[in-house]
Amino acid sequence: MSDLTKLTIAGARDALRKGDVTSVALTEACLNAIDAADALGAFVHKTPEIAMERAKAADARIATGDAPDMCGIPVGIKDLFCTEGVPSQAASKILEGFLPQYESTVSGQLRDAGAVMLGKLNMDEFAMGSSNETSVYGNAVNPWRAGNSDAALTPGGSSGGSASAVAADLCLAATGTDTGGSIRQPAAFTGIVGLKPTYGRCSRWGIVAFASSLDQAGPMTKTVRDAAIMGRAMMGHDPKDSTSANMAVPDFEAMLTGDIRGKVIGIPKEYRMDGMPPEIEALWTEGTAMLRDAGAEIRDITLPHTRYALPAYYVIAPAEASSNLARYDGVRFGHRAKLAPGDGITEMYEKTRAEGFGPEVQRRVMIGTYVLSAGFYDAYYNRARKVRALIKRDFEDVFDAGIDAILTPATPSAAFALGKEVADPVEMYLNDVFTVTVNLAGLPGVAVPTGQDAQGLPLGLQLIGRPWEEGELLNTAYALENAAGFVAKPAKWW
Amino acid sequence: MLDLPLTTPKPKVIAGAKQDWELVIGMEVHAQVASNAKLFSGASTKFGAEPNSNVAFVDAGMPGMLPVINDFCVEQAVRTGLGLNAEIHLTSAFDRKNYFYPDLPQGYQISQLYHPIVGEGEVLVELGDGTARIVRIERIHLEQDAGKSIHDMDPAMSFVDLNRTGVALMEIVSRPDIRGPEEAAAYVVKLRQIMQYLGTCDGNMQNGNLRADVNVSVCSPGQYEKYQATQDFAHLGTRCEIKNMNSMRFIQAAIEVEARRQIAIIEGGGTVTQETRLYDPDRNETRSMRSKEEAHDYRYFPDPDLLPLVIERAYVEGIAANLPELPDAKKARFINDFGLSDYDASVLTADTASAAYFEAVAATTDGKLAANWVLNELFGRLKKDEADITASPMSPTQLAGIIALIKSGDISGKIAKDLFEIVYTEGGDPAQIVAARGMKQVTDTGAIEAAVDAIIAANPAQVEKARQNPKLAGWFVGQVMKATGGKANPAAVNQIVAAKLAL
Repeated sequence: MSDLTKLTIAGARDALRKGDVTSVALTEACLNAIDAADALGAFVHKTPEIAMERAKAADARIATGDAPDMCGIPVGIKDLFCTEGVPSQAASKILEGFLPQYESTVSGQLRDAGAVMLGKLNMDEFAMGSSNETSVYGNAVNPWRAGNSDAALTPGGSSGGSASAVAADLCLAATGTDTGGSIRQPAAFTGIVGLKPTYGRCSRWGIVAFASSLDQAGPMTKTVRDAAIMGRAMMGHDPKDSTSANMAVPDFEAMLTGDIRGKVIGIPKEYRMDGMPPEIEALWTEGTAMLRDAGAEIRDITLPHTRYALPAYYVIAPAEASSNLARYDGVRFGHRAKLAPGDGITEMYEKTRAEGFGPEVQRRVMIGTYVLSAGFYDAYYNRARKVRALIKRDFEDVFDAGIDAILTPATPSAAFALGKEVADPVEMYLNDVFTVTVNLAGLPGVAVPTGQDAQGLPLGLQLIGRPWEEGELLNTAYALENAAGFVAKPAKWW
Repeated sequence: MLDLPLTTPKPKVIAGAKQDWELVIGMEVHAQVASNAKLFSGASTKFGAEPNSNVAFVDAGMPGMLPVINDFCVEQAVRTGLGLNAEIHLTSAFDRKNYFYPDLPQGYQISQLYHPIVGEGEVLVELGDGTARIVRIERIHLEQDAGKSIHDMDPAMSFVDLNRTGVALMEIVSRPDIRGPEEAAAYVVKLRQIMQYLGTCDGNMQNGNLRADVNVSVCSPGQYEKYQATQDFAHLGTRCEIKNMNSMRFIQAAIEVEARRQIAIIEGGGTVTQETRLYDPDRNETRSMRSKEEAHDYRYFPDPDLLPLVIERAYVEGIAANLPELPDAKKARFINDFGLSDYDASVLTADTASAAYFEAVAATTDGKLAANWVLNELFGRLKKDEADITASPMSPTQLAGIIALIKSGDISGKIAKDLFEIVYTEGGDPAQIVAARGMKQVTDTGAIEAAVDAIIAANPAQVEKARQNPKLAGWFVGQVMKATGGKANPAAVNQIVAAKLAL
């Protein structure tokens, strides 16, 4: 095989089982690709020794003829996942030097299934950002470029390193996490598939918390089939996470028939935003047509509280974050500021957190602290929770009315230039406009690449499904993927 | 439950320079759940372990770690609620109380502000003088304890011990129904007694298993009745909260001194500021804990890591069906079934071990005699050894054996005390000891008569005196008892001496 890194999970699995390739060879190819791709800034901690050791073990396991699908598949792990003995910093200075003594449930499930960890992937600090520019490691870069320009584009965020690495064929797939769109937006910006499962599908245990009621891990892959395979390996009940659902995880791959005849797809009018670029509008229209042509019924629907979603999200997520990030105080692990003579505990907190957190994290901690404070709690946090309940009900109403899935754009634009939006937080937050509703409602959502803009940049659509029906959702995504036939790859410049 | 003629106690009144003042007290008692594991982790709760040895990752606030509720602690909170005749909430929820402190690794305490697991209940607090107060319970919620900061080990550094971090506490919040220092202490004693009966809290105050925050205010006579009629706090004075007291003595002293402080402020024309204070037992004063500028805004909000805690009605009923007999019921039964006095019944039901011991003795003998022997002889002897009832070397069967020998007339009360000491120190079966050592009482009047005759014959002068002053007959009785080694039946000796002296 000539270019092993270009394999999909499904392709590699089949080749490994047939003995056409070894995990060691696959892993070496990926490690070489990673070493040659420092310009992408995707991997922030490389773990070649762990990778080779696991690859050898995987080959031995495959030889027994009894290996799970993910066995021997080289993957990257987002830095938000705690990995035993391997730096896990959530791309923050405040976790400098932190080596977890435990493995997150999700990365542990992948490890136990035989997946090969290549290293840790770049991201926005504490998963707060939409461009990967808040990372302490510096930004990751999108392997795609606009037309003939050599301007560096964002891979999106917060799972920007994951998206960049998968799109650039540095690994076969990667883990991501999604609190307001952090899997789906970077997937759309880089022409890959990103699945955010139903809240409660993937254990949050061992994943550095951003906003606990919204955070959900998921796969970032080259194809829908791969998302089905890897997603299944990541999901499952975990008694260590009280919000983890005790529900069986079906064989999603077996559900990929591509037959969506009779399915009812909703097109929500509220997602047709003012000033939406015509390319996004066209992409959405084309996607709708593809699903109709595949035999689905298309129905206009209304999700009336959509316009309140972004403000509600930017109250709830920072509120939870302000509390979740209180533990980073310099007392027990990570960065501690050097203190001046006479400094006490208050100075230690203030200096440590001022040095350890970047500006976006500080902004959100302050917003969160403010909206929870006495006198403002009802006006902000409680009101946002009410909005959240209404948004959830919007979705329940359309699902009750017979809608099987909802089709929307994944992002309001193609990937933008690094540095373009970082100065304006509100503009940056608008990246999440199509994705946050899904997190607020706890639903599964998947971004699928379906087209390119005039400059050749990938564009993606989002499908939103009923809770716990990732299998149905992925099958619809599979039909869309088949119809769109998106096969473009970024031209290698790195 | 108790059908006794109890009256309501008078509130404590402190005479100020200008007028009389009454005390109004509400308490928040923090009771450590008697659980081997913490509220949200599997770490041990064993007291006295090496610092930082009972710490799970979640207790240390490590990144990505999540709390999982310990069902056993939930059960203990429900048991406690039922023991306090309180409403059990089938749905409750956990909230985060956010503040920074090194012994609070998560940066928040998980508690139940908005939806506690237990609602309103009440406790009968008897004061031992025939009066009793019903103290209403507002709520009980489950929450995490904090760790311990140690500031005196190093001049420049502070140290933190996380062993207590995350240990389950029940915070039992009363209404302001307590009216004096003695009532406050009696209330804590009663709560502790009920929880010990239930097995839900060890109640060891020295180990910090039971701590109390006390809210104290003062008001003019008559105001409290207006509050009770309307439940409007406006009728009461401004309260101060004295934090974290772990001794009955300190609770009483702190209330007294705090009330006097408030009275002095009000009578001096000032106003009491609502604040949190600490009691300093060395100086017998309360001091403000923090200034207004540092007042905490705890930013409570529902903990998103935990789903609402939902329990089934049947689960609560199952717990209710298996509750042990509680102190009030047990005391009433002791009074009714054994004819004990209120006081004796109170002492014997103070803890389950004493009550069980007494019941085992009383089962085969006379209840009143059993109570006397347990209370006077056994408790007295144990006290001398600084032992408690659970360490008694004498079993209930042995004590019952001694009492049976008294009742059958085999031994006198005096011999019984000797026998008690022998059994207590040496062990053995009382009846066998009596037989083996010839301690059986002599009731053979012939033998007694012979002894009396011999003493009368040997002491003619004493006989003369006794005939003039019959009170001196006692001397002859004493001589006879001495001659018979104390085994003569005292009643028989008295009678025969009187007859022989022709008194």
